[in-house]
Amino acid sequence: MTRIIKNKRIVDDPWRIVTLAGGETPESVEVPETRAIVPLSVWLARKDEILARGEPAGVWLDAHEGPEAIAADLAHFALIAVNFPKFSDGRGYSTARLLRERHGYSGELRAIGDVLQDQLYFMKRCGFDAYAVRADKDIAAALAGLEEFPESYQAAADQPLPLFRRRSA
Amino acid sequence: MYRYDNIDRRIVDARVAQHRGQIARNLAGTLADEELRPVRLQNGLYIERHGPMLRIAIPYGLLSSTQLRKLADISRRYDRGYGHFTTRLNMQLNWPKFEETPAILDELASVEMHAIQSSGACIRNITADKFAGVAPDELADPRPYCEILRQWSTLHPEFAFLPRKFKIAVNGAAEDRAMIRMYDLGLQLTRAGSGDGGDGAGEIGLRVFVGGGMGRTPFVGQLMRDFLPRRHLLTYLEALLRVYNRYGRRDNLYKARIKILVNALGVEEFARQVEEEWAFSRDGPATLTDREFDRVAAYFAPPPYQSLPAGDPAFASAVAQDKTFAAWAERSVHAHRVSGYAAVTLSLKAPGKAPGDVTAGQMEALAELAERYSFGELRLTHEQNVVLADVRQGDLFAVWQKARAHGLATANVGLLSDMICCPGGDLCGLAYARSVPVALAVQERFGDPDDLRDLGEISLNISGCVNSCGHHHVGNIGVIGIDKNDEEWYQIVVGGRQGNATAIGKVIGPSFAAEEVPEVIDALIAVYRERRNGGERFIDTFERLGIEAFRERAYAGRERGKTASEQGAAHDQDHQE
Ligand code: SF4
Repeated sequence: MTRIIKNKRIVDDPWRIVTLAGGETPESVEVPETRAIVPLSVWLARKDEILARGEPAGVWLDAHEGPEAIAADLAHFALIAVNFPKFSDGRGYSTARLLRERHGYSGELRAIGDVLQDQLYFMKRCGFDAYAVRADKDIAAALAGLEEFPESYQAAADQPLPLFRRRSA
Repeated sequence: MYRYDNIDRRIVDARVAQHRGQIARNLAGTLADEELRPVRLQNGLYIERHGPMLRIAIPYGLLSSTQLRKLADISRRYDRGYGHFTTRLNMQLNWPKFEETPAILDELASVEMHAIQSSGACIRNITADKFAGVAPDELADPRPYCEILRQWSTLHPEFAFLPRKFKIAVNGAAEDRAMIRMYDLGLQLTRAGSGDGGDGAGEIGLRVFVGGGMGRTPFVGQLMRDFLPRRHLLTYLEALLRVYNRYGRRDNLYKARIKILVNALGVEEFARQVEEEWAFSRDGPATLTDREFDRVAAYFAPPPYQSLPAGDPAFASAVAQDKTFAAWAERSVHAHRVSGYAAVTLSLKAPGKAPGDVTAGQMEALAELAERYSFGELRLTHEQNVVLADVRQGDLFAVWQKARAHGLATANVGLLSDMICCPGGDLCGLAYARSVPVALAVQERFGDPDDLRDLGEISLNISGCVNSCGHHHVGNIGVIGIDKNDEEWYQIVVGGRQGNATAIGKVIGPSFAAEEVPEVIDALIAVYRERRNGGERFIDTFERLGIEAFRERAYAGRERGKTASEQGAAHDQDHQE
């Protein structure tokens, strides 16, 4: 089983990410019976089938896929993953904040893809609580990235008040 | 100026520790070069032609004497005893050692400085009017806004990896001295009229311009909101940045700036999307409080000015008696809102010196001058000079004498030899051509002070490539290095200007070899000399005559057949995507 960071600890991950290989379509791709994180396209095409299983559902959004597409479905998900195709592609940060702050999603929010130590602090602030650190990296070392800064200026998903509303006079 | 509290200090310290760890992991082989690159850039650390370069942020250009002394000290101990002031109000060290950069950042932190977000695809150092707080034509001081934005943008978790860099400038005066329409976001402080939706007529707020920028595809920023009440500053900007972060192009480096998004959508549609996004956060917890604004603004309260008569007799008599001093004062001494005081520009454009370069000795001299005569503070200007903002008129003569002893009193501010010039191909890894030798050649050709004075105000801006760090698009004359068959060539643009009538210069035609550039500038100047009316400046004559008269003279006697690659380059310059 792969290991991920979840709630600031390294844990085994029972979920499997479904991707579309060449030639596969959302309709045809095989979806595991339980703990599957499916692409948005699969979710949209086979929502009823997946829900009928009565298992916790998971979906992943690619960088260009906004949360609007699943906003009405959030109650169904135990897990939403957001893909970072490259760590320098920052769209997933906005996606995460929107899911948490606008759409009120409170289940697991996982960063997947090019997930590296030096971005974990920002990800945490934007509302992620789980991180599938890139497989070739030392996940135990990466854990330190979550606590890089003692304080932040801005309001974000982890702290609804900006520092200036919290600074003691 | 703003002083760190314990929280500001801990954040900067943590940032240094993070950088130290990243460098160590890179040296240990657990952080690959390409993984380090975007994060080291966000600490100002480049790898250039000859090795590392460190770009130190000087927020809105404001520096204390203590900070400048520290920069002098750092440049001596970690570099070659000089630094370079950039058009974006940063200082660049050209020869630091890679593994010593954490120590340099530690040194900076000890004087409340850093290099955070001086590069990278994030919100960059925020710039402002060099005469902030002292200009007679100022409506409100932009510095509190800049500092509030500095804090908000520092390590902003959502906007650390934007499609591309994002530059903000703030101006609070009637005349725009911050180039607000040439940056991604320009903010003009303004007073509400009736019906602006503020707390009432007279409230200070912001006029918002978006999508300006130089580079390969220059645009003048467009008005997207006529009045934004101050309290909405952060929520509105956050909405704007979110729209950009989500929808700005990421497939092509040259189309990733917000100007491309704004122009693809049209400014009205872009503004509509921002308003739609903003509706969710408007009046929320990130709404700026008066208490916070006042807390920050208090750091920029006027210094303890003496009450002085308007015209100082000692200054007047020194001007009358010393022609050299008078010539300097004419260029370097500027009106001040407080009676008996003046703002002073010290030129970093001495003959034979790379524009913007400053030695450790000069830094110390500047720090000393500021301490003695200007409440211990200095400002950098985007023209790469230094301003002492609060000098008693009675001290001007002494300031001049001391500045002169350190090569800081060239009487050329605003004149042709006060050129803006990027480091170019001598140092910069992105350059197509060298810029400093061109600047020096022009300086040499136009070295006569009387001649320079006679030519009057004219801006000459030189960039070593399309990235436009030398602001060539807004120079009355702009020079830009291009690559033609692996040789250094230069295009010349004419008619650009900054300020309220901001305009982007037009490419005059096929490019020139380095040795031709001073001759061509000479030819352009000759047209002006011959055809100016009365007190017209170069730009006025240019606007009256149009480009043709200048083009003709520039190419007179030169054989030019356009090559294919060159047409491409010319096209890029004018290309409006
Ligand atoms: S304009 Fe080009 S050459 Fe000059 S500093 Fe910028 S990137 Fe380098």
